[in-house]
Amino acid sequence: MDFVTFFALAIPLVAVAAMVIAHPSPIYSALFLVLTLFLLAVYFLFLDAHMVAALQIIVYAGAIMVLFLFVIMLLNLQSEPQRLHKQGLGKIAIIGGVVLVAELLLLLQRSSSDAADTPLPDKFGTVEALGGQLFTTYLLPFEVTGILLLVAVVGAVVLAKR
Amino acid sequence: MTDFIITLTLTFLTIVMVLNLGVMLLWVERKGSAILQDRIGANRAAIFGKLPFNLGIVNTMIADPIKLFTKEDFVPLGADKLLHTLAPILGLLPLLVTFIVIPFGDILVIGGREIRLQAANLNVGILYVLAMVSLSVYGVVLGGWASNNRWALLGGIRGAAQMISYEIPLGLSLIGVVLTFGSLDLQEIARAQGQLIGGWIPAWGILYQPLAFLIFLAAGIAESKRIPFDLPEAESELISGYFTEYSGSKQSMFMLGDFIEAIIVAGLITTLFFGGWQVPFLLRDGFHFPWGSSLALPSLLVTLLQVGSFSIKVIFFCWLQIMIRWTLPRFRYDQLINLGWKILLPLALFNVMATALVIILFE
Repeated sequence: MDFVTFFALAIPLVAVAAMVIAHPSPIYSALFLVLTLFLLAVYFLFLDAHMVAALQIIVYAGAIMVLFLFVIMLLNLQSEPQRLHKQGLGKIAIIGGVVLVAELLLLLQRSSSDAADTPLPDKFGTVEALGGQLFTTYLLPFEVTGILLLVAVVGAVVLAKR
Repeated sequence: MTDFIITLTLTFLTIVMVLNLGVMLLWVERKGSAILQDRIGANRAAIFGKLPFNLGIVNTMIADPIKLFTKEDFVPLGADKLLHTLAPILGLLPLLVTFIVIPFGDILVIGGREIRLQAANLNVGILYVLAMVSLSVYGVVLGGWASNNRWALLGGIRGAAQMISYEIPLGLSLIGVVLTFGSLDLQEIARAQGQLIGGWIPAWGILYQPLAFLIFLAAGIAESKRIPFDLPEAESELISGYFTEYSGSKQSMFMLGDFIEAIIVAGLITTLFFGGWQVPFLLRDGFHFPWGSSLALPSLLVTLLQVGSFSIKVIFFCWLQIMIRWTLPRFRYDQLINLGWKILLPLALFNVMATALVIILFE
């Protein structure tokens, strides 16, 4: 991914992500989040991670965000004045933001710059390569994630039965 | 550069063909429903006089679009104008670009150059289809919300719940097919179905995955929101559901979207379960019959036969969906959700397990 492509995608991505928290209407906020996730999928495409891009759209943009919209519509949420300041949550958000930026800078400093120059291995980002990795190197984290999701499903069923 | 032009042409051709077939289906739906219900059906604009079929197709192909696109575009009071306009576009656009990964032939040889008859060859072909189909939900949800109408909102909410519910059995039924053919690339799946079982029977997907076919057909019709799964529209309950407040070209985009979804379902059924562009016993150099005789054919004719075979199969499954739509009554909403979660989902999971078990035991 070259310099121009990176910023041609990064600037709209950050702008759209900012709109998610800046827009007063919950429906528009959710839609900007969909757009953010979609642009992120385009990023993955440019980085040769086709499988991740497809999953990003299917799972996040196509399923989870639809459920977000579903709930917003069902509860008929209206545009709300900014209540964050009243509850003092604004200060906490600023502290959280500063910590996050510090973490990112630290990571950026630690990452090696020559990683970008090494050629990608053959079949990088394909379904075969990703699946192989998931079921060999990362088998335990993969299974643990599966159990975590199963717990969430069981919990939802239990709550729904009440 | 030539490659780019070829890809562009193929993409354009695919989209135009899908759009055309969508408009044709509108006519087939009108005339087909009329025949089923012993009515005459669309018979105006009979410009060629009293032909047996009265050429009502002229009506839907030319007069109808002119009427729809010149109609007043009405946006109700208090509606969100931007989303009201955006919704039909968001509903139609992902569906239009879905068909480009479906192969409609093997290769076309022109002047020593081999052209793959598939607009986009993706390693993740099936996932791309699922991604695009799942994005089309936004048209329904936003159209229902932005109309500022209770019926439309109910339709939109129903649509969201229904399409999310049926995407799960839809995707799971495809896993069985992917396990069988060992690829997510639709062209490779179509090619794999050219083999013969025992030298006689074409190895079409339906022979390996009959259960997956039934689940896919049911979930596919539910995704296209047509009877018996048309709860988001449900004329007798919700007027027109999520597009109650739409008129003119925006309404026709919603309508066209449903037909294009039916075409996508037909195209996928053809490619995954009925051999795609394969003609039984036809190889690249001609027919090789199992009883030993063979018939050599020029390469161009073979390609034409393949494209013809694909088209006939797709049209047949479009017709089948329209016949189902005019034969069955509508489900009740709880029945619809129960069918999706309590019948289709366990069946699809069973199919994945059974397929995986058979593959492990026999390979």
